[in-house]
Amino acid sequence: MLGVMDSFQATIDADGRIEPRDAMPEGYRKTLIRQIAQHAHSEIIGMQPEGNWISRAPSLRRKAILMAKVQDEAGHGLYLYAAAETLGVDRADLLDLLHAGKQKYSSIFNYPTLTWADIGAIGWLVDGAAIVNQVPLCRCSYGPYARAMVRVCKEESFHQRQGFEILHTLCNGTPAQKEMAQDALNRWWWPSLMMFGPPDASSTHSEQSMAWGIKRHSNDELRQRFVDMTVPQADVLGIRVPDDELTYDEATGRYSFTQPDFAELYEVVKGNGPCNQERLAHRVKAHEDGAWVREAAAAYAEKQAKKMQGSAA
Amino acid sequence: MTEGAKRAPIEPLWEVFVRSRRGLSHVHVGSLHAPDATMALRNARDVYTRRQEGVSIWVVPATDITASSPDEKDEFFDPAADKVYRHPTFYQVPEGVEHL
Repeated sequence: MLGVMDSFQATIDADGRIEPRDAMPEGYRKTLIRQIAQHAHSEIIGMQPEGNWISRAPSLRRKAILMAKVQDEAGHGLYLYAAAETLGVDRADLLDLLHAGKQKYSSIFNYPTLTWADIGAIGWLVDGAAIVNQVPLCRCSYGPYARAMVRVCKEESFHQRQGFEILHTLCNGTPAQKEMAQDALNRWWWPSLMMFGPPDASSTHSEQSMAWGIKRHSNDELRQRFVDMTVPQADVLGIRVPDDELTYDEATGRYSFTQPDFAELYEVVKGNGPCNQERLAHRVKAHEDGAWVREAAAAYAEKQAKKMQGSAA
Repeated sequence: MTEGAKRAPIEPLWEVFVRSRRGLSHVHVGSLHAPDATMALRNARDVYTRRQEGVSIWVVPATDITASSPDEKDEFFDPAADKVYRHPTFYQVPEGVEHL
């Protein structure tokens, strides 16, 4: 047994990739299942706040784009569930755990999308933060997860740009439209910063995940990268990041900024965010309402298989 | 409704291979669940080729794939390891010889 784990560690140390049927420590497998499942759940729950605006998108062009984006989120969920299944779990079980509240999804999706500008803010900030988190995951030590992330990252770039375009259009419109964009930034800024997780000092899984090559950068490092990337973009839009302490350090080329209220993050994770119950209830209902489709498809497949057997005999 | 009735039947797993353009081989891109081959193909199109990533798709029931075992990879691939003379770089070419 020692030999097998030696080969795992040697692969990790050489920055190699672990593939599904390789021997791996139980903790590595569990950590990956937890993380990939949570990631997959986030993709499909993330369809809800945006789906909310498909019927009210301000033009046919915007509606077509938003539908394509929401379809992408479903696709990302599927890539990730497929990656999780290579670790020996069933997607159906993961969905059960989500529906029972035993596995989490990203807290950001527990905030409501109140105006059309929120759709812009989600693409620009939420998908922007997701990209910062996800690009390093393309080099994750677990092969199937890394490969899924390559596909996801290629597609996220469209998501971020379409969001920025929505806000750019609003910011160059009427004063009321610009005000709407500013309001969206005010509400989404802090939850977006929370997307990188707790500060390094109190992050429970970070150290081991870094040692295993699952995680490549610390939460605080990625948060800083996001701020440095995003603040100049807000300047282009002509709206203000709602942080009075935000300053640019000429020497380091980095911004110093106020940390988000992590007490709020923990509350939302615990289930006390503005939309936790609504999101989960909607997800469970959609799953139950779709049961007849799955049953009909299975019955049809069974009937066809029997016919084939009959004609072969 | 009993717990058993509520739970959807487990759909078989299919491995998906996509030919990105003519002249190239099909390459494994991932997997998905579907009740039958026709649905597997349609789902594969929707999941893996939303941006013209392919001109042809294969779906194969995952249970029909026989794979070599990672545990015995050293012994299994051993026969190739000590036959360096199979590579052209093994041979010394005298100075001045061209087109060899």
